Amino acid sequence: MAEKTKWGTVLLFLLPAILLLLFFLVYPALYTVLLSFDRGRNGVLGEFVGLDNYVRVFSDQDFINLSTFPPSGALWNNVVWIIFYTSFVIFLGLIIAVIASRVRYESVIKAVVFLPMAISATALAVIWKFVYAPDANIGLLNAILANFGVSPISWLGDQGIVNFALIAVGIWASVGFATVILSAALKSIPAEITEAARVEGANELQVFFRITIPMVSLPMSVLAVTLIVNVIKLFDLIYVMTGGGPGTSSRVIAFTMYQQAFSAGQYGFGSAVAVVMLVLLLPIMIFNVRRFRTQAVR
Amino acid sequence: MSRDRRANTPAVARPGATGVVVRRAVRREPTIANRIVSVIDRSAIHFVLALVALIWLVPTVGLLITSFRPRSDIQATGWWDIAQLHLTSENYQQVLQAQGMFEAFLNTVFIAVPSTLLPLAICSLAAYAFSWMNFPFRDTIFLIIVGLLMVPVQVAFIPVLTLFRELVPQLELTRGYVAIWLAHTAFALPFGIFLLRNFFITLPGEMIEASRIDGASDVQIFRSVILPVTVPAIAAYGIFQFLWVWNDLLMALVFVQDSSKYPMTRAVLNLLSQYGTEWHLLAAGAFLVMVVPVIVFFSLQRYFVQGLLAGSIK
Repeated sequence: MAEKTKWGTVLLFLLPAILLLLFFLVYPALYTVLLSFDRGRNGVLGEFVGLDNYVRVFSDQDFINLSTFPPSGALWNNVVWIIFYTSFVIFLGLIIAVIASRVRYESVIKAVVFLPMAISATALAVIWKFVYAPDANIGLLNAILANFGVSPISWLGDQGIVNFALIAVGIWASVGFATVILSAALKSIPAEITEAARVEGANELQVFFRITIPMVSLPMSVLAVTLIVNVIKLFDLIYVMTGGGPGTSSRVIAFTMYQQAFSAGQYGFGSAVAVVMLVLLLPIMIFNVRRFRTQAVR
Repeated sequence: MSRDRRANTPAVARPGATGVVVRRAVRREPTIANRIVSVIDRSAIHFVLALVALIWLVPTVGLLITSFRPRSDIQATGWWDIAQLHLTSENYQQVLQAQGMFEAFLNTVFIAVPSTLLPLAICSLAAYAFSWMNFPFRDTIFLIIVGLLMVPVQVAFIPVLTLFRELVPQLELTRGYVAIWLAHTAFALPFGIFLLRNFFITLPGEMIEASRIDGASDVQIFRSVILPVTVPAIAAYGIFQFLWVWNDLLMALVFVQDSSKYPMTRAVLNLLSQYGTEWHLLAAGAFLVMVVPVIVFFSLQRYFVQGLLAGSIK
């Protein structure tokens, strides 16, 4: 269509969005990149310090510490989160979707598992702090253990346990999302294909691994990417449940960014951590843009 | 689309199930032994699903019961001790009145409603422009917005706060609601525009072309052709955005600096830091945060799930 662009109308439709995006996302992102090379006093550019902030970030034992085994620090905790959270959410989501599809009350199960998705991370944190309470008269988990004669465990107070206790909450909160997505994907597999395989003599396990899994691999990988992005942006749950503690053992990068910039007033350091988050998300950004370039051009 | 899928659900699920029966009927006689195996199979499935339902309900139900138990009971026995069940609404009265949760509830409403309506309006306008108007660099600008989807809000915090402070200090935006309305709106745009544009683009082009030939302007087409048929998509996005803002803590930490304007999530955080083990207050507080999202979830579940699915799969 070679009609003349009606600039007045285009601006009417687009200007509010463009202005807000420029003011709140594009300009701040560029400024934060500059700020990450600056001392950043009061959050404004003043004294260029080169890579100083990045050197401090990556030599900070609370951010990443590779000298011990297993490694520790906020960035490492994100890695641990990605490994366990992503795989368990997808695994449990798939199992529940497959099993639930065989019963009439499927939608009830899906709603029950999905419910945490609607709830604030702040409320989830209270729910689970209560389950994890060290007093066996209050915390359900320690009460169950007490039944088996196990003495109470300080789930959120032990540096070796705390991250796994938090990841378990994250898994619990996200499995419903995976279940709903994978269940929709499973339903889109034509019944004739699985039928044919069964008639040919394939058993249930073969059908599952040779047909079901390959046919849901695309939604599964999209799901995995979404979950990884969730982990990189993870903040509320950690902030409310442990405040990054005990000590600094359950910190994640988004927590470190907030803590450094707004509690410690280290704007240069905080900016550098924010840029690290941006860089971690960059591959996914490029992947998305590539994927939609083909679709956008009609 | 999703309604069709749901209608198909039993039809798609059944052939798999009957397939097993058919196979068994063809291959072997349905002996008593086989029937027993199949009954055990079914019970195993029901057992696993019952376990799943328990794991996903018990933590929340436990806190719900606790929120109605008197403080002395909570200290003495676990909520699962049914013998000790005396219910009271005193905890709710206490958090609502003495702990300011009622004010915080209103603050959450004041934050969430504009932070939902503004993005809805701005995103649907922009999505229309990206799907049905022609202008230079349209697709390039849209791709930039797709790219912005992945920009974490953290990169915006420091410069935006500085701007608010340096540029318009007399307005003191972060002491009122304006800062958080604008911030929530702006950060919602990439996803909202992306989601609605992907939906708008599926509308039949002839419909829009026909109105154009009839002399309708873009504003008229948007209002009387596009909006009426896209209400479900806009509603799905609206519910998603509303719950997102309602449940948010991080943005409220950064952009609301007057403690009398704190939303409920911040009020609960304060309860936690002041009364870390006073579970009667914490439980009631947490449930006040949850009650609206849970109602929205159960009454508008279809739209909510749709919004989430559209966002992740497309």
